[in-house]
Amino acid sequence: MKQKLLDIADLYIELPKGADRQYAIQKVNLELKQGETLCVVGESGSGKSLTARAIMGLLPQPHVRVSNGEIIFNSEDITKVSYERLRELRGSEISMIFQEPMTALNPVMSIGSQIDEIFRYHVDMSKADRQKRAVELLDDVNLPNPEQIMRAYPHELSGGQRQRAMIAMALALKPQILIADEPTTALDVTTQAQILKLIKDMQKVYNTGVLFITHDFGVVADIADRVMVMQHGIVVESGPVKQVLNNPKHPYTKALISAVPSLSPRKAKTISKEKVLEVQNVCKTFGGGRGLFGFGRPSRQVEALKDVTLDLYNGETLGVVGESGSGKSTLARCIIRLMDTDSGAITIEGTQINMLKRKAMRAWRNKIQMVFQDPFASLNPRIKVGDIIAQGPITQGINREEAIKRARELISIVGLDDKSFDRYPHEFSGGQRQRIGIARSLALKPEILIADEPVSALDVSIQSQILDLLDDIREQMKLSMIFITHDLRVAAQVCDRMAVMQYGEVVEIGKTKDIFAKPQHPYTIDLLSAVPGKDWKSSASRKPTKTKTKSKS
Amino acid sequence: MTRSSKIFKFVLKRLLQGIPIILAIVIINFFLLNLADGDAVDVLAGEAGSATPEYMAELRAKFGLDQPLPVQLMVYLKNVVMLDLGYSFRHDMPVSELIVDRFWPTALLMVSTIILAVGFGILLGLLAAMRLNTWKDAVITVFALITYATPLFWVGLMMIVVFSLNLGWFPTSGMENVAAFYEGWDRVKDIAVHLVLPTITLSLFYLALYTRMMRASMLEQYGQDYVITARAKGLTERRITFVHVLRNALLPVVTMAGVQVGALIGGSVIVESVFAWPGLGMLAFESLFARDLNLLLGIFLLSSALVIVVNLIVDIIYSLLDPRIEVS
Amino acid sequence: MRDFWSRYKRNRSAVFGLVVIFLVILMAATADLLYAFDPFRLAGKPLSSPGTNGFLLGSDSLGRDVAAGIVHGAKTSLLIGLVATLVAVFIGILFGALAGYYGGQIDNILMRVTEVFQTIPSFIFAILLVAILKPSIYSVVIAISVVSWPGVARLVRGEFLSLKNREFVQACHTLGMSDLRIMLREILPNCLSPIIVIGSLMIATAILIESGLSFLGLGDPNIMSWGFQIGAGRTMLRSAWWVCTFPGVAILITVLAINLVGEGLNDALNPRLRERN
Repeated sequence: MKQKLLDIADLYIELPKGADRQYAIQKVNLELKQGETLCVVGESGSGKSLTARAIMGLLPQPHVRVSNGEIIFNSEDITKVSYERLRELRGSEISMIFQEPMTALNPVMSIGSQIDEIFRYHVDMSKADRQKRAVELLDDVNLPNPEQIMRAYPHELSGGQRQRAMIAMALALKPQILIADEPTTALDVTTQAQILKLIKDMQKVYNTGVLFITHDFGVVADIADRVMVMQHGIVVESGPVKQVLNNPKHPYTKALISAVPSLSPRKAKTISKEKVLEVQNVCKTFGGGRGLFGFGRPSRQVEALKDVTLDLYNGETLGVVGESGSGKSTLARCIIRLMDTDSGAITIEGTQINMLKRKAMRAWRNKIQMVFQDPFASLNPRIKVGDIIAQGPITQGINREEAIKRARELISIVGLDDKSFDRYPHEFSGGQRQRIGIARSLALKPEILIADEPVSALDVSIQSQILDLLDDIREQMKLSMIFITHDLRVAAQVCDRMAVMQYGEVVEIGKTKDIFAKPQHPYTIDLLSAVPGKDWKSSASRKPTKTKTKSKS
Repeated sequence: MTRSSKIFKFVLKRLLQGIPIILAIVIINFFLLNLADGDAVDVLAGEAGSATPEYMAELRAKFGLDQPLPVQLMVYLKNVVMLDLGYSFRHDMPVSELIVDRFWPTALLMVSTIILAVGFGILLGLLAAMRLNTWKDAVITVFALITYATPLFWVGLMMIVVFSLNLGWFPTSGMENVAAFYEGWDRVKDIAVHLVLPTITLSLFYLALYTRMMRASMLEQYGQDYVITARAKGLTERRITFVHVLRNALLPVVTMAGVQVGALIGGSVIVESVFAWPGLGMLAFESLFARDLNLLLGIFLLSSALVIVVNLIVDIIYSLLDPRIEVS
Repeated sequence: MRDFWSRYKRNRSAVFGLVVIFLVILMAATADLLYAFDPFRLAGKPLSSPGTNGFLLGSDSLGRDVAAGIVHGAKTSLLIGLVATLVAVFIGILFGALAGYYGGQIDNILMRVTEVFQTIPSFIFAILLVAILKPSIYSVVIAISVVSWPGVARLVRGEFLSLKNREFVQACHTLGMSDLRIMLREILPNCLSPIIVIGSLMIATAILIESGLSFLGLGDPNIMSWGFQIGAGRTMLRSAWWVCTFPGVAILITVLAINLVGEGLNDALNPRLRERN
């Protein structure tokens, strides 16, 4: 029988007056045993992170506090222990890793001294021993050249390396509990897969109980023993991972799980032979500039696009898939002329648009439009929604009444209330804002739509609504679409064909179905095998939720 | 690339960047000189009482003032490079010699002011941030607010009223008691006593500034993610404050200290004229009334150069504190 | 707007500052009613202490009424502070917007120029400008503006730099909007809050510079100002402390009030910063 490490009973966390609700979490009960992984799943605002903070005694004092309940760790109630005792427990018995390792590490201290601190404040060891142990730890988490990493500063490491260093720090004193607060959300899929494996491996060695907070059911499927689902601060469902994932009871859990796109590609449409956009041998390099007077070495060069060639056929959705730094966003920005290409040709209807002057390009803006990633950054907070949508046609010389009429139509097409017209963007949720962004891009009646990660900033349940909306619109308006994404699940559900990019090159391009079934390039194979939860839900295909999506998102 | 060579390159680069700035200031200087009514010959003629137009034309030719402006500019540039800043007719001395004479009192005043203002500013800001929303924080904040709003010259005059005229603790003016002919330690002590009021006066405003900045900077850093990490590691609040937060919080304050040096030199004009401190500021004040433009411009040029030098020192300190500097 | 006011009035010292500024403005506006005579004229017995010979705050060595000088000086301080700040903010926005928006060589050149102006010790530069242009209200305004704009330029440049890469600005490019329209209608309104805050604090600094200049005798000789009063009274410090003291208090209170309002504006316009503590 495994020993119980943590027992939370009837925990309430109270928020300060004026917050949107009285309690951040209510009546939360949970248990964690040795060597076990408990995943806490929920969307933003579910209270999952605050629950984790409470266990460490790290709630933002004095406004947010535990108002009721107990957190028993090895027969001690953490909510009642002295500050000194709490400090002893932190880092040695219970430790924590965070979502954003860049900001979670002190930027002006070397990795070595940040690890060293843990030993200095918890155990009595000589300096040489501490050094030796720190190097061993860095080696354990598979960091190359641990001695060098000791002297490095956080900004000198990659995201994955930083998270490894964080894990080394957290496991330095072999804690009984590791709390991981979305530790892989900021990382690329392939790095994520490595970090998840590392956590699993370390857990086996130290027999640690892991409390893993995430919003991603794929990750849950890969690492959890048990799952707890939270919504608005309340635990709606909990149980063994198989039971919750394959046989959810609560409607919210059901909705969340059904919103996760399946990895098996949807049926491809028959693709027309007519090319609407051709990208030929496009190259783009960043950096290499010199100082004002031309002296000094040119700055470091990055080849963002290397000889990229692809075509977009009428009516299809072409996915461009890759990790951060693959050049997929640069490609989108070059096509829409937010950036200039260095060489190559981007052709629409026989005209090479990448060489057009700004003025000459203006007429072509009617043909090609873009939907942006971040719904909070893509709308001007000082301009009313109606005007944001009408801006495009007005800029293109359509008279104001006509433009406003079109804006009103579009507001209803994207499923927003007619009253939205006179409101400012901050009055809308993320999903609704994304609808506004889509309406803006449609106002010019484009033929080609470029969607740059349009759902990656949204919660899963809203993602599927936006994807459905894009699908509807594509059919209604006969659009051809380039869909940029890092998420293979989304790509599988949206794209007819896809291009896989790595380090600025298209390494593989073909029908989505073919690539998923038989990836050719080693990178594509890596990418596919790194998708979290790939063995789960690969058979069950996404329900075609073709209901008209009047949003409450 | 090792860290020390990185820092060396960074400093070298900043040094190179200083050159065009100095050049630009020299050019501005030249144009200001030309903007003024009358030239050196007018001044000379005025000094002499009367001069015939022929004699003045001859003088102009001698000084090269009849040449076209670009030629004059080149001559001026050449002179500045040779450290020839012109001649002060009022003092009957080359400007550069006069300036060097008066530089040291100002340097003394500046150094003591910077130490007092930056040192205590950091200390008070730190204290206020650590005792957030207590009476100590309130007192420090109110003190900083009031001194931040007080004109320097008025503070100086009030200091004289209270500490010199009423209490008689410190002398009202000057740098030393020349009549006493002190030597050795006695002279040092004498100068130190004279230094107290000018230093406090000049420091107060900047003390307030650094206090406010340090407090705000500490509070901002306390809200950063790495502080939560440090707490999660079980470090003491002491260590978190003095090792983690302090070092990050110092960065903007150090930058600010560099930016404010120029303002400090400006402030010294006022403070030196209030306390008759025989430095560059006092010299500037005198030349203002004597309409000794050559001298005024010379002081202006030197003080600009001083700002660049101090900024370079600040850059070096900054690069030691922050590992993230890149030679880009 | 109502939101803004409710956030602003939560900061009690900011409300206090606003009341004080209102009173100073009232005093300046009614100067010709309160003391309907030239503040330079001889009004009675020289060096009368406060409360004697009909002088509320005493008189100076030439028999000028200190209180009348303060009331009339308020006009000068406020006017110069406001006008010089407006000019400086305008130049700063122009430089900062162009540099931040276009980047590259334009940015490089404009920022080098800004750097030169930032390196020059501002007060000495102001002294030089006024000395060369001859002291007058115009030369004082010009000098203060010329030394104050670089701060605004840097701020605006920073805002433009970060906003121009925001997706809403990129969206405007994809719609084919002109640069001028993007700068004025899309970006500028989004950096008004920090500009308002820095502008309000600059008024305070401008008043301090003006008082320093007139203290050194570089003010407009025909216009009464607080700095001039203090400068004129400093030789009488031993016998007539009030001549220097009261105008100084006037400067202190006015500048303090403006700073309080500036901070209040900052808290009300940038609510995020407030939540941190």
